[in-house]
Amino acid sequence: MMPSLASKHWALAEAALAAFSVAPHALGGLWVRSPPGPVRTLFLELAADWQLSGTAKRIPLHAQESRLLGGIELTQTLTSGKLHWESGLLTQSHGGVVTLAMAERVQRQTIAHVCSALDAGTLTLAREGMSQTVPAAFGLIALDEGLEEEQPQAALTERLGLRIDLGSLSVHDALPSDIDRANLLDAQACWTSVVLQDSLIETLAATTLALGIDSPRAMVLTSRLIKILAALEGRAEAIEADLERAVIMALAHRATRLPELPPEDTGEEIPESEPPEAQSEEPEEEAPDSREQPEVTPPIDAMIEAAIAHIPSGLLASLRAGHQPRGKSSTGGKSGSQQRHKQRGRPVGTEAGDPRRGGRLNLMATLRAAAPWQTLRRQQATEPRQAHLHIKPSDFRTTRFRHQRESTTLFVVDASGSAAMHRMAEAKGAVELLLADCYSRRDSVALIAFRGSTAELLLPPTRSLVRAKKALAALPGGGGTPLAHAVELTTLLSEQILRDGATPTAVFLTDGVANIARDGTPGRQRAKDEAMTAAKQFRALNSRALVIDASPRTQQKARELAQALGGQYLAMPQADAEGLRNIVRSVEANN
Amino acid sequence: MPAPYPFTAIVAQQDMKLALLIAAVDQGVGGVLVMGDRGTGKSTAIRALAALLPKISVIKNCAYNCDPERPPAGHCHSCQREDNPSLKTTSVSIPVVDLPLGATEDRVIGALDIERALHAGEKAFEPGLLARAHRGFLYIDEVNLLEDHIVDALLDVAASGENVVEREGLSIRHSARFVLVGSGNPEEGELRPQLLDRFGLSVDVSTPQDVKSRVEIIRQRDSYEQDPEGFIKQWRRKESAQRRRIEQAREQVARVSTPDEVLEFAASLCLQLGTDGLRGELTLLRAGRALAALNKKDQLTCNDIRSVAPMVLRHRLRRDPLDESGSDSRIARVLESMEAS
Repeated sequence: MMPSLASKHWALAEAALAAFSVAPHALGGLWVRSPPGPVRTLFLELAADWQLSGTAKRIPLHAQESRLLGGIELTQTLTSGKLHWESGLLTQSHGGVVTLAMAERVQRQTIAHVCSALDAGTLTLAREGMSQTVPAAFGLIALDEGLEEEQPQAALTERLGLRIDLGSLSVHDALPSDIDRANLLDAQACWTSVVLQDSLIETLAATTLALGIDSPRAMVLTSRLIKILAALEGRAEAIEADLERAVIMALAHRATRLPELPPEDTGEEIPESEPPEAQSEEPEEEAPDSREQPEVTPPIDAMIEAAIAHIPSGLLASLRAGHQPRGKSSTGGKSGSQQRHKQRGRPVGTEAGDPRRGGRLNLMATLRAAAPWQTLRRQQATEPRQAHLHIKPSDFRTTRFRHQRESTTLFVVDASGSAAMHRMAEAKGAVELLLADCYSRRDSVALIAFRGSTAELLLPPTRSLVRAKKALAALPGGGGTPLAHAVELTTLLSEQILRDGATPTAVFLTDGVANIARDGTPGRQRAKDEAMTAAKQFRALNSRALVIDASPRTQQKARELAQALGGQYLAMPQADAEGLRNIVRSVEANN
Repeated sequence: MPAPYPFTAIVAQQDMKLALLIAAVDQGVGGVLVMGDRGTGKSTAIRALAALLPKISVIKNCAYNCDPERPPAGHCHSCQREDNPSLKTTSVSIPVVDLPLGATEDRVIGALDIERALHAGEKAFEPGLLARAHRGFLYIDEVNLLEDHIVDALLDVAASGENVVEREGLSIRHSARFVLVGSGNPEEGELRPQLLDRFGLSVDVSTPQDVKSRVEIIRQRDSYEQDPEGFIKQWRRKESAQRRRIEQAREQVARVSTPDEVLEFAASLCLQLGTDGLRGELTLLRAGRALAALNKKDQLTCNDIRSVAPMVLRHRLRRDPLDESGSDSRIARVLESMEAS
């Protein structure tokens, strides 16, 4: 029986897992994009089977920093009166494998610690009276359940050598593998001494260049992967087929540009993964002086073709459209956190207080407050030797959090019709002005544009001027006015911003004349009705909105939209960047 | 732990290497800020530099890296207290202290030693990271993500060279002079202007866009990983030549003279670019002198100023968000116009 495409895809995933199991730390990690389900379970069981050494730990979404890095062991510390240190998950995993659950929603802090451990193989701790460097070399399996563009933070994915996508597979595709632990152990023993010819390295370098991959770390990780793949095949020298598979597993998803596309490519969701048979002829030397566009010699061509066939479909589409790809990563795990103001925000010192009232007990500060009294209290204690440590309620210290609500300004720009270019240019100017003067205040800005048949999030909430400039470099314009979709997207994003604990302000730049319905078909009346319905949903959020009508003659429709949104209406025939910025500032200050 | 990757074996990244060398020759130029793509070897470079630098002599077991060659008045409280005129000295490599994201304030500036307080009822100070970084490097990765209250504490110490601790009934002050090295990715967020200004030099790193250098990067890394010791041995000569160059430059730098026309050149450059304050000009001269010393010259020239101008001034220009051209091209433009006149 011919193996199906899907089972070939599974075989690829298995090969990636095998390589990871051989040298988890050297490859950084394995990025597994897949919804939870039987296929992923099967895959993770296989991962556990193949793990050659060390422990297997799982980091849950809300792992506390003290569990991650280690912290004070409470019970022992209090009973003995001596500091007892408990090691954290990351240090316990030294030499083993760590699984990061829901990697796309993990908090930035957690990511930062995981990343520094991945980089150095050690962790430098400086917290709670402890200061030392401990070994923490492990491989990471990052489980990514993100939908569409949602994905783990770039700082993390950058460090993971391998990526596989199990989304399109079913358990029936998962044929048993012919790799066993003995293979893996053999490969582990010899992969470092596999020979990597210069010509192969050149092809690798040219491939990264053609795909616009600028991270030397990616190149180094891939070069290691090539050697491991060769070792798994029992070869002492890497060949092109190894490179090709490595490119598919480690580089395809990092592409930031598409080189000349082979004409027959279809860009389908399931990669047409016939890896072209390894060319037997020697790869030609790369011309050393080819700077910008490297002359594409046949093997590189094959590499790029293989890579393109395996670029994740969403990424491929945005690369085709000429966008800079960007993952929407939520800094997540904060759902419902608005209610817990006593416990969120930035810690800004401690205060005396009873933790039972909802504050978070700061153990170190409490001990510090109690310490000077110990000798005295010991003498006064009615039952000596009962406790080593005398702590009274007055010693309790809780961490003080300053929860300054950040504000996020959300520009929703009508890019349809004739005024599009002007409006977009002014909105862009306002975004940059706002970012330029708010970067010290930690506010962020986002931009949604709508035209044609859909609305699109051009700039996810960001504080980075650099990023904003990049995202706004190419401005689309013209076409119909899908107002309903725009309002829906705004509602969605506002909800997300609220969940993250910031305050959104939506600024609509439109004349309010909708002519594209939600399903993308033209028709004024339906488009308008749907836009109004969507606006009412937005209103339910009770969030700030501002409709700026930039058309030369003011429109009743924009006014109606503002009303439906529960926001303010402003006629501004001469909207310019500076004016917009000032209005947004004053609206935010008034609320 | 394997020995760090040799500094001289780092491929390309001339700007970053030069900035680090200048900071190593003259600590007074202030810190180095390295912004750029992920994975460009920022932290590799700083660790490599520390391994390259000559060892320093310190008083044995001193938590503050006290310098035995200084008069005792400049020593920390514990070295002064022990009425031992002949404190033992030892030589150690330059400390590189990582400031991990999520470090607590008490670990950074120091705090009451809990264990001794609980055990003996003594009020003793437990030095923090700032004490360990004295006379060395304090490295902050992802500096733009650092918590504000830690940044504030750092700024104060970096400016004064002294850490003053007033907490939990302790009153301690100790020297903390270090080179602040920060790195980060500009796409993750901007740096507060106050912090930006504290960095003497700022460089942007990016990956070389040609096959040859990329091949070189992979090849060097590969041979290092296969045989770290052998690789380091291979680079030993270059490393010690570089070390000698730094040592000589450190002696030389105080003797580099500054002609008046160079002073004028630096001043008018800053004037035309509209940088705020004098810090830019002063750093320009210091960095220029360090560069001259590295090149074994005894006089500062306008060319030295030109070479260091981008890294000294890049982050000090007032930002004009609507000006598409970056700071670098503005500096280049002004330099060009000055050339012409």
